[in-house]
Amino acid sequence: MIRLEEVHKAFGRQTVLDGVDLEIESGKTTVIIGRSGGGKSVLLKHIIGLMKPDRGRIFIDDVDITRLNDRDLNEIRKKFGMLFQEAALFDSMTVGENVAFPLREHTPYPEDEIRRIVSERLQAVGLTGVEAKMPAELSGGMRKRVGLARAVALNPEIVLFDEPTTGLDPVMTEAINRLIIDTQQRFQLTCVVISHDIQSIFEIGHRIAMLYEGKIIAHGSPDEIRTSANPVIGQFLSGSIEGPIKIV
Amino acid sequence: MNAISAALDGLGKAVLSYVEEMGRILLMFLSVGAWMFRPPLKARNIFKQMEFVGVKSIFVVVLTGTFTGMVMALQGYHGFRMFGAEALVGSTVALGMTRELGPVLTALMVTARAGSAMAAELGTMRVTEQIDALSVMAANPIKHLIVPRVLAGVFMVPLLTVVSDFCGIVGGYFVGVHLLDINSGIFIKNITKLVDLGDIYNGLVKAACFGLILSLIGCYKGFNARGGAEGVGRATTEAVVLAAITILISDYFLTAIMF
Ligand SMILES: Nc1ncnc2c1ncn2[C@@H]1O[C@H](COP(=O)(O)OP(=O)(O)O)[C@@H](O)[C@H]1O
Ligand SMILES: [Mg+2]
Repeated sequence: MIRLEEVHKAFGRQTVLDGVDLEIESGKTTVIIGRSGGGKSVLLKHIIGLMKPDRGRIFIDDVDITRLNDRDLNEIRKKFGMLFQEAALFDSMTVGENVAFPLREHTPYPEDEIRRIVSERLQAVGLTGVEAKMPAELSGGMRKRVGLARAVALNPEIVLFDEPTTGLDPVMTEAINRLIIDTQQRFQLTCVVISHDIQSIFEIGHRIAMLYEGKIIAHGSPDEIRTSANPVIGQFLSGSIEGPIKIV
Repeated sequence: MNAISAALDGLGKAVLSYVEEMGRILLMFLSVGAWMFRPPLKARNIFKQMEFVGVKSIFVVVLTGTFTGMVMALQGYHGFRMFGAEALVGSTVALGMTRELGPVLTALMVTARAGSAMAAELGTMRVTEQIDALSVMAANPIKHLIVPRVLAGVFMVPLLTVVSDFCGIVGGYFVGVHLLDINSGIFIKNITKLVDLGDIYNGLVKAACFGLILSLIGCYKGFNARGGAEGVGRATTEAVVLAAITILISDYFLTAIMF
């Protein structure tokens, strides 16, 4: 289980997280929604210890990761896979080497076993025969899918997805959603997904949380969110420009 | 009066920020040192960096070394001729190259070529979250990115300096013996008489220090880059300027200690 308690984070004078309280259940998919620039990526980076909160605590399976040293934090991180918003592929390595990287780092598998896993993972995201390509030769959507393959290469318990379907065409969006649902169910993963895509949210989320002005203003099942009386959620889901969310 | 105190104020701030930055680089150096001895080190990464820093810098080093030796011979000849001491041209070139110009010029060339590239590459990795991706995969970025580059700097700059020394002396020989008609035997005899192994060795120790400085600063600036393409550009420029300044300053102190 992942638990955030009173997490505060500011960059200079800009407060991004202003007391986030959130419990993320194990073995479920939790979707975090919220406006662009609202701090969703920052929140995800706190969960995996890339950023330290100014105040507050973050528990992964009852270990407070804000107090860990680098070595213990690395042990915790081995439970995680993460897809970055812009994929963050290593551009000095081929696609195959990118996906193989976590395997080479943390497993003693022989080379042919690694190659087999890599091509299996790439196939699962709809890519074949791209192992030798460099990331710069791929489209944005393909990069994202390679990032996804790399994130799940080690069969992690917890996977964080930062906007996995933004920038993909509708067919590929659906394919990635199915992939997330299937892997989640098959391995009983804990998934945390950031998404703007209203349709995807209800398709993949067991739980949905909305981050607004630095706080989690709602957290519940898809039905609870859909029928919420909160005007902020109503406006966000309907995409209306009229309402409490200020555009400027 | 006010202008003077403002100028002093500015100077003081510049010195302070330089010292502060050096402190941070020193901290990074310590953690590079700690990770250097934690296996496994990937030989492939290290060789790739060595190739980049060393092999690919040979051409510029040969060129600068040769012409520096040539111009030293030319200048030395005009100076020494006034005392009828043309015979000393060869040893002057050799001493100047091995002790001073070989290491310094090589380090400055490698700074421009490889130090800047280190800053740009790591800076790009930082702003595109590739360094974060390494951390997330429980792979230490210092060990993966900085250790191979620093090792390459420390080993390759001395090797390049040997090349530079050699080319400088050959260039000096060419100008002195073939263009200015100094006796070839005397040219060489004076080199072997006045230059000893200690000069070469001290020059190489300097070169290793410079290699450490330029690779550490290049990595430090790139590693801490912020703010997109502009930030990467800034990091690259700052790395070159800071490394060049630090090389020249430390050269004075190394010389004062050694000779
Ligand atoms: N490393 C950082 N330094 C300074 N400001 C940052 C940093 N990371 C994010 N921010 C700021 O925090 C805010 C939230 O960013 P982010 O979490 O990326 O939003 P989003 O919800 O779209 O993912 C933005 O205004 C961004 O400028
Ligand atoms: Mg984001």
